Amino acid sequence: MSTTTKPVNQKAWWLVLPVVICVAFSAVLPLMTVVNYSVQDIISPERRVFVGTEWFASVMRDEDLHAALWRQLTFSLAVLAIEIPLGIMLALSMPARGWKASAVLVIVALSLLIPWNVVGTIWQIYGRADIGLLGAMLQKMGFDYSYTGNATHAWITVLTMDVWHWTPLVALLCYAGLRSIPDAYYQAARIDGASKFAVFRYIQLPKMRGVLMIAVLLRFMDSFMIYTEPFVLTGGGPGNATTFLSEYLTQKAVGQFDVGPAAAFSLIYFLIILLLCFILYNWMQRVGAQDKEAGHE
Amino acid sequence: MARIDLDLAHSYEAHPQQDTDYALLPLKMSFADGGAYALLGPSGCGKTTMLNIMSGLLAPLQGTVMFDGRDVTRLSPQERNIAQVFQFPVIYDTMTVADNLAFPLRNRKVPKDQIRKRVGEIAEMLELSGQLDRRAAGLAADAKQKISLGRGLVRSDVSAVLFDEPLTVIDPHLKWQLRRKLKQIHHELKLTLIYVTHDQVEALTFADEVVVMTQGRAVQVGSADALFERPQHTFVGHFIGSPGMNFLPARVAGGVFHVAGRSLALPPGRALPEGGLKLGIRPEYVALTAVDDPAALPVTVAQALDIGTHVLLTGQCGDLTIKARLSPEVAAPRRGDTVWLRVLGPHTCFYLNEELVS
Repeated sequence: MSTTTKPVNQKAWWLVLPVVICVAFSAVLPLMTVVNYSVQDIISPERRVFVGTEWFASVMRDEDLHAALWRQLTFSLAVLAIEIPLGIMLALSMPARGWKASAVLVIVALSLLIPWNVVGTIWQIYGRADIGLLGAMLQKMGFDYSYTGNATHAWITVLTMDVWHWTPLVALLCYAGLRSIPDAYYQAARIDGASKFAVFRYIQLPKMRGVLMIAVLLRFMDSFMIYTEPFVLTGGGPGNATTFLSEYLTQKAVGQFDVGPAAAFSLIYFLIILLLCFILYNWMQRVGAQDKEAGHE
Repeated sequence: MARIDLDLAHSYEAHPQQDTDYALLPLKMSFADGGAYALLGPSGCGKTTMLNIMSGLLAPLQGTVMFDGRDVTRLSPQERNIAQVFQFPVIYDTMTVADNLAFPLRNRKVPKDQIRKRVGEIAEMLELSGQLDRRAAGLAADAKQKISLGRGLVRSDVSAVLFDEPLTVIDPHLKWQLRRKLKQIHHELKLTLIYVTHDQVEALTFADEVVVMTQGRAVQVGSADALFERPQHTFVGHFIGSPGMNFLPARVAGGVFHVAGRSLALPPGRALPEGGLKLGIRPEYVALTAVDDPAALPVTVAQALDIGTHVLLTGQCGDLTIKARLSPEVAAPRRGDTVWLRVLGPHTCFYLNEELVS
């Protein structure tokens, strides 16, 4: 009986080291710093007191935070409710081929190329009651529009700005989905006598499901983290009307320098996003698995 | 159900200048009510174009399409009440098999109980009854194509059902079954069926009449027998049969028939024009014969393949190649042997400018 033992060589682990270092410096260490802040009350660099879960408890009881969270959820859902149907409609009405298709694609994609803070600035000027094209026109028409004074107006303006900025993304994704449908489907539908709505309901919508899931995921996560545009446009005002989660966090951490509560809150924020990602990811995986099971043509 | 008359030409260019610009050269053709037809030809010969013009997915550049004497050239597929089945299965993913089959009827507002009855019948015919409640997306390719076929057949009042190479994606043994099924359905429902294919076996077994097409032209319309025995055009001889017809350049000078540098005796009663010709003979009718037979050519055997049912012989006569299907009972000649093959007989055809003469 002979047993041969393979020589054990663990040197390959060194190859993993660069990744470990990168991840440590880019993600783990910053996160640990935040964890460190969240359990201490730092009075001055020399004086720090361990406070345990006190910051977490106080943040969880914070009325302002609850308000910001609900505001954030409402905003994200409103964004989805407007941008997804609008993006689909836009994609359906875009020309399919020829120079017109290229021209329309470029025009539609334009707003996606503008930096976030410029978008905020554009809308800030656009909506100004004294010199803004939109604001001044509404004033002339006798409508007392002011995104700095009226909470509802501020809300609508921020929402419109996001719709203007990001609906093209949804439209482009849907457009790509639509173009991948073979002509035979449309021909068969014509032979079967399907109405325009039936074509949309039974061919286009099912075939767009994949890209629509990506669009929903992207738009939800992006809008959930929105910061720059409302910050430039309204600064979270009037009052707290457009103070979304990240805005609120920044006020706490940078404005008031409450590093402890801000750290505790950013951990909670992080967990919320992680949870939502987890749910969405699993949902997409499950739908994908069903598709596989169903078998592709 | 309807009789279809075509008198048209089509080009995908707006202003065709020459013959090659045309997808379909000017043609006149009639499909009788309740007949089973096949359009047979290689890829790009215009058969799908012709089908799409009949169904109304495509408007012809010139000419008219008539259904039962009514001009339908500018009418949509719905208005023509036509059914078409495509090469690749088209199914509505989110619907069940039953809903898929019912879709063309629902769109036409057929009463519910009638739909259920009709869907049941078609599912029965296509052996889909057990899967009616399943989601269509979950099925294999052949089941999906059966659904497509079913959607084509579900309306009992259609003018015609058009098939565009519907069995391409199907496994060979299922292909055979489905083709028999279609034939049976044709007998039961008495629908006008038009079937596009590039597979001669499929065309010849399915259809009563086969339209052979090449380069935008319909070169012959006829039964399997006619296409085999008297090809009207060298293309038909070449395309139908496996292997295709042998063609040998020949020449008639002063009443004497010359081929491959030899003069052969013409069978009595065959009057041929003077000048260059082509002799065509099916490998099935080329026979071994005695040395110096006046209707035969000496051939050096290049290859003799025993395929079980017959021996496929390939021979050289000068620089001409002649193929023959010999009965397996005779001793197969060996490579390099010289044998005499009879090429003139009652089944020999003659072609002038690619068209059959006499």
